[in-house]
Amino acid sequence: MPKDSGIGAATLRREDVRFLTGKGQYSDDINLFGQVAAVFARSTVANGKINSIDTTTAAAMPGVLAIFTGEDFAEVGGNPAGWLINSRDGTPMHEPKRPVLAHGKVRHVGDAYAAVIAETAEQAQNAVEAIEADIEELPAVVNMKDALSGSNFVHDEIGTNQCFDWGWIEDNRAATDAAIKGAHHVTTLELVNNRLVPNAMEPRCSMAQYNSATDEYVLHTTSQNPHLTRLLISAFVLGIPENKLTVIAPDVGGGFGSKIYHYGEEALVLAAAKKLGRPVKWTANRTEAFLTDAHGRDHVTKIELALDAEGNFLAFRTETMANVGAYLSNFSTATPTFLHGTLMAGNYTVPNVYVNVKAVFTNTAPVDAYRGAGRPEATYSLERVIDKAARELGMDPIALRRKNFVKPDQYPFASAAGLEYDSGNYDALMDKMEEVADLAGFAARRKESEAKGLLRGFGVNAYIEACGIAPSNLVGVLGSRVGLYDAATVRVNATGNLSVMVGAHSHGQGHETAFPQVVAEMLGIDASVIDIVHGDTSKIPFGMGTYGSRSLAVCGSAVVRATEKIINKAKKIAAHMLEASDADIELKEGVFSVAGTDRSVSFGEVALKAYIPHDFPLEDIEPGLEETAFYDPANFTYPSGAYCCEVELDPETGKVRVDRFAAVDDFGNVINPMIVTGQVHGGLGQGIGQALLENTTYDENGQLLSASYMDYTMPRADDLPFYAVDHSQGNPCTHNPLGVKGCGEAGAIGSPPTIVNAVIDAMQSGGKNVTHIDMPVTPHRVWSAMQNV
Amino acid sequence: MYAFDIERPETIAEAVAALGGEAQALGGGQTLIPTLKARLASPDKLVSLSSISEMQGIRLEGRDLWIGGATVHADVANDGTYAALSDLAAHIGDPAVRNRGTIGGSIANNDPAACYPAAALGSGATIVTNTREIAADDFFQGMFDTALNEEEIITAVKFPIPEVANYQKFVQPASRFALVGVFVAKYADGVRVAVTGASNEGVHRWSAAEDALSSNFSAGALDGLSVPSGNMIADLHGSPDYRAHLVKVMTGRAVAQAS
Ligand SMILES: Cc1cc2nc3c(=O)[nH]c(=O)nc-3n(C[C@H](O)[C@H](O)[C@H](O)COP(=O)(O)OP(=O)(O)OC[C@H]3O[C@@H](n4cnc5c(N)ncnc54)[C@H](O)[C@@H]3O)c2cc1C
Repeated sequence: MPKDSGIGAATLRREDVRFLTGKGQYSDDINLFGQVAAVFARSTVANGKINSIDTTTAAAMPGVLAIFTGEDFAEVGGNPAGWLINSRDGTPMHEPKRPVLAHGKVRHVGDAYAAVIAETAEQAQNAVEAIEADIEELPAVVNMKDALSGSNFVHDEIGTNQCFDWGWIEDNRAATDAAIKGAHHVTTLELVNNRLVPNAMEPRCSMAQYNSATDEYVLHTTSQNPHLTRLLISAFVLGIPENKLTVIAPDVGGGFGSKIYHYGEEALVLAAAKKLGRPVKWTANRTEAFLTDAHGRDHVTKIELALDAEGNFLAFRTETMANVGAYLSNFSTATPTFLHGTLMAGNYTVPNVYVNVKAVFTNTAPVDAYRGAGRPEATYSLERVIDKAARELGMDPIALRRKNFVKPDQYPFASAAGLEYDSGNYDALMDKMEEVADLAGFAARRKESEAKGLLRGFGVNAYIEACGIAPSNLVGVLGSRVGLYDAATVRVNATGNLSVMVGAHSHGQGHETAFPQVVAEMLGIDASVIDIVHGDTSKIPFGMGTYGSRSLAVCGSAVVRATEKIINKAKKIAAHMLEASDADIELKEGVFSVAGTDRSVSFGEVALKAYIPHDFPLEDIEPGLEETAFYDPANFTYPSGAYCCEVELDPETGKVRVDRFAAVDDFGNVINPMIVTGQVHGGLGQGIGQALLENTTYDENGQLLSASYMDYTMPRADDLPFYAVDHSQGNPCTHNPLGVKGCGEAGAIGSPPTIVNAVIDAMQSGGKNVTHIDMPVTPHRVWSAMQNV
Repeated sequence: MYAFDIERPETIAEAVAALGGEAQALGGGQTLIPTLKARLASPDKLVSLSSISEMQGIRLEGRDLWIGGATVHADVANDGTYAALSDLAAHIGDPAVRNRGTIGGSIANNDPAACYPAAALGSGATIVTNTREIAADDFFQGMFDTALNEEEIITAVKFPIPEVANYQKFVQPASRFALVGVFVAKYADGVRVAVTGASNEGVHRWSAAEDALSSNFSAGALDGLSVPSGNMIADLHGSPDYRAHLVKVMTGRAVAQAS
């Protein structure tokens, strides 16, 4: 295989040419003849009763074509949650319907209660300002504790703000309690996993077209999974038959989870396009993105770790309140439960794990999966409490982790939180990390920092995550209402080039480069003749989209299966051409030959033959060369890693600077190491952002205080160090054909506890006995913590 | 944004004539344009000051550095005659902001977290308008409030050049304006210390530090001082106590690094 093209080649990302030269085609770049604009009227209060909405004046304004309110959608379906979670007592979760537009009540600042369609966006905006809405402000439910204890409800009809009270694994509860009761030492930690605003570079945008002659709709939208969006709109929200609705997600400027979900704006523009017979476009502004994109994280957790006298872990017990915001977004119930609770054994042989999660409605934006989704929350809780335990016991934090690691000869390993880890070697990752991070040089570096009046801290972390989401049979048992397989079609054209239609959506992940490398490797041809087609329900067979580091592990596996079928058929054709039997045909470097002879035909000749089958034995071989495969994984994949960092802390101001960061990951096999490194860099940036900078703050009235970049701190290049990234320690996944595990989220999962552990270490080294600090670790918080001890 | 007209006068006199009514002066637009985009202001006319050559440029006038009111931050950053001032300008916003934003706009706006007001007050600068000259001590009158009358424009700012000076900005992490910024300037007749970012009263002088530093220009001279936190700003990024503490730390650093 040409080294610069197949598996393992660090090929430059071909999609970057169009992104970097301004030739990308994002939803908002698409303009259609006769197009009109939608603008939404959004609530300025967090909780309010809609007494009346008078649109008379607005409707008469220049350019206004139509105005919609919640009334117009009272009869249509609602946007559902994709997972049904049952409470510990067996009762199903509370599932209030999320309407297209708020009806009766508005439930968070930014909740849309009306939409104006006008010739131009400016005219629509003017009319929005002229809508007279009598919305009576009610006290807001903001804080989760108050939400659970109070009698002010986000959804009156439910009569509680608790969506569910989930226990995992309920049968382990008594044993976990007993282990903690009898333990030599118990370390307890209360922490907040801070809420994050996803902040994709491209705000959401949706444009709908309707053709009354055929009753067909086309929706261009910023989506990570166009088929899922189509399914939700068709099956639950508007009832448009799937075969009458095409959903196209062209180039998408970042998602990080926030564009997995179906949002009401998509339904609104579809309904409006039908009503007006004209294309209707809505593009969010940045304020709308802050207020209405599904946020991430927002857990309040108490975790306990029980240990014996030697430092062996005996039990982890966790109680978490997870904010779901005002409405259930599509993955919101899975994120704090099955993507979090099942990871609470970490990389460890701990025998007892019990997790309790209460999901809580509040008058805030919906919260859902965000890069890592549940697994960062799990890792953060575990790795912070382990670090605290090491300090309490006077043990080295690396040695304590190593002592409890699952060992290489224990795979497959059944974790106490209910998963079966298939492969890994956590000690080898830790060895490599110690090497690339130059741990030996730390003491000298600390001295240098101290000479400058700065405190230097070292922080370490080991993580495991479950991705390659997900085996349908397993998630079905766990409450998922969808299957999580993926699909691919490999089409070999007559002239020998290929179009590969994939269900995974690429919005920064580099699929257009990496997927062809897989096919090129299998066929022995150059990747440059292979193109990926994605993001259009009319062109691709089916797909569940991109999230949960699933694209290569699940959709890539479907590509492998479809390519295997292509090879089988191509061999038949080659056998026919070479007058040999199928079984004797070998494929090597793009050439089919009869084993043990010099008779051969090239891949290109076979492709041409497939479409010019003048002499085909039609009862044996169909014309054409195109195959589809669906792939449903047998298990999750389990990437793992060892991370460490060093921070410098200015004790006078509290400012923390990340000086060094080493990330050593086991991603199994690596298809394109350059892309993998880039994914790790991006994840680390987001994780460091969460740890040091990003703070989503609602005041007690439910107003979002951090609603712009003036107050919400995004990580910038100079906030981040140069990273030492290593993925040489791969242990292939045992159950997918590529042996890949997934790398998209790891950086965001592994870095927050690494940073916070280092900050604690720095403060401790300055003689300040601070045992915990909540994220984001802002200068103000560090300074205050150091004042208060 | 609401619709508006725009005029581009070439002299101060034309600009003043064009103002009045619902018209508003436009400097670099780095504050005003975002305000318009958010529909928080609705002037019917903008009068751009950027084509007025008499409001452009940087030159020495005796012992003062004269800077035209429409001079952009990048030009001040590149000038270097008054090193501490150039350094301050070089750390305002990002290159786009520095290439558009003007000293007149910044000082007229008097954002409580802006940098230039600290330099003007800390240097005892004179604000020159189309009608008069105003001492910096009289000009800044609290958050977003100045001595400017309606339709009065800043045509220049004159900075007496000190023996040594320094500006220390501890950034608010998100906006990177000053969470606390302190400008220290040492003149033959004494030291001036101006603080921005910290107080509900906007940019102000820290007179106790000025007294201490005037007799002993070293960071150690601040040792016995403390900054009252009563009037300090409380927000997402810092408490009054934290800001008061930072005022002292940043003042000490400015003294130590003054050159
Ligand atoms: C991303 C970003 C980061 C920034 N960071 C910083 C920072 O770190 N520190 C800092 O100090 N500033 C910062 N700024 C503000 C920047 O310096 C602005 O340029 C400045 O505050 C306003 O100057 P302007 O010329 O753009 O004025 P405009 O935005 O054009 O006008 C601002 C106001 O002043 C009035 N005005 C303008 N010129 C005159 C004049 N000559 N006479 C009278 N009135 C006038 C206008 O009518 C308006 O009311 C930042 C801005 C942005 C967008």
